Amino acid sequence: MSANGKEKGWKDVPIGGLILEAGSSDKYETGDWRTYRPVWDQEKCRHCMICWIYCPDSSILVREGRMVGIDYKHCKGCGICAHECPAKCIDMRLETELEADRAEGAGAGASAGGACCAKSGGEAGGK
Amino acid sequence: MSKRVAITGNEAVAQAMRQINPDVVAAYPITPQTEIVQIFSTFVADGDVDTEFVTVESEHSAMSATIGASAAGARAMTATSSQGLALMWEMLYIAAGLRLPIVAPVVNRALSAPINIHCDHSDTMGARDSGWIQLYSENAQEAYDNLIQAVRIAEHADVQLPVMVCMDGFIVSHGMENAELLDDDVVRSFIGQRTPKHSLLDVDRPATFGALDFADWYFEHRRQLAEAQTHVKGVVLDVAKEFAKVSGRSYDLFEAYRLDDAELAVVVLNSAAGTAKEVVDDLRDKGMKAGLLKIRLFRPFPHEEIVAALAGKKAIAVLDRADGLSTMGGPVFVDVRSAMYDAPGPKMVNYIYGLGGRDIDTEQIAGVYWDLARIAETGKVTSPVTYLGVRE
Repeated sequence: MSANGKEKGWKDVPIGGLILEAGSSDKYETGDWRTYRPVWDQEKCRHCMICWIYCPDSSILVREGRMVGIDYKHCKGCGICAHECPAKCIDMRLETELEADRAEGAGAGASAGGACCAKSGGEAGGK
Repeated sequence: MSKRVAITGNEAVAQAMRQINPDVVAAYPITPQTEIVQIFSTFVADGDVDTEFVTVESEHSAMSATIGASAAGARAMTATSSQGLALMWEMLYIAAGLRLPIVAPVVNRALSAPINIHCDHSDTMGARDSGWIQLYSENAQEAYDNLIQAVRIAEHADVQLPVMVCMDGFIVSHGMENAELLDDDVVRSFIGQRTPKHSLLDVDRPATFGALDFADWYFEHRRQLAEAQTHVKGVVLDVAKEFAKVSGRSYDLFEAYRLDDAELAVVVLNSAAGTAKEVVDDLRDKGMKAGLLKIRLFRPFPHEEIVAALAGKKAIAVLDRADGLSTMGGPVFVDVRSAMYDAPGPKMVNYIYGLGGRDIDTEQIAGVYWDLARIAETGKVTSPVTYLGVRE
């Protein structure tokens, strides 16, 4: 986004797809490719770290040896964590359904997502 | 002092490369281009240039190395023909998409199959939508002059695009001609130094080249590429104006030969234009209002200027030395006819000629003009696309 809130156009960016700043991949929130969102049930979790081992995108957030949530900025919703979880504490939910839940104010999906990101899920990733 | 010499097209291009003194040349031999790089390699061996000469294992690698060198900030060149250009195809789009001002002579040769080493334009026509600028050259002099101007065009801040300088295989590449070469100093001061805005070796202002560009940005970057093409015409004309000052030779987007008052016009590229001029002169002597338009800048296509030059003609024939195989004519015909769609309508026909080095002679071109005269008179086109010189 540019300063005026309008999304940048072809005249606003360097030619040839050049990137002129370092570490910009950190800002590229690939989580917005996601169709299914892993929803973590904190109560059922045994903190065995199987999901952390298997996650191909390093999106399982861990603090002091315990799972604390999922990095929705980068999780692409592959579902491997849910498949491998021995406690069955990760549920893959359609983003569109969670959107609808949020719109209705039910809030179940939104709050179940974990504490990691204030902005997540269906919002288009910022550039 | 410039000097007048007897020289082949390949030698003239190799001399231009020596005078350009590129930082990097990466190339692979292929007939009829081989000689350019072979001659240039003797300049490298003799210390006449400062070029890092990279011998590679294929044309794909040649273009890849040239792209890498250009992204690093070098003035980088390669040269090829035919199958070699075809093998570069994937990398041609990358050179243009990364906006790298690479300059490459291409010696036009037919594409296999059947295998053939002689001239037609199938090779460069296949690259016409790659984003490269294409300049076509009638003879050794034009190939030499175009190559020197190409450096300035490619590197212009508003352009930043690769340029292909095309000339006809064997007919021009190996034919000995009279040409005038500029002084080394004149060429070197004309082209100056490359000053890239960003380069891989500029460690104070690092830049990433070739990053992933998905649905969110790719379209914008392709739009920039299209915009750059709109700047090319003006830059080609500006560079030509400056080149005229140092060389005394003037260039335009195309050459209009006895075209102003012509009623019947032929459009052609490269060496066949020389033959066609003879025919125009001969037919003019016989009272026919014949004229010729020889395209120099084919990509981007200077459609407004071409329409202005051809509007009001009674009949036009486009000669293509490549077949589009679309059943509606060759690539030059398709572009010229499309450009002319909104112009008050001259009849237009297409002739595919000279494939695989088949000679085209003055009698055949005169026949084209007589066909045009008949079309102008009757208003009827019986054969929109004709294969000229093929045995029935």
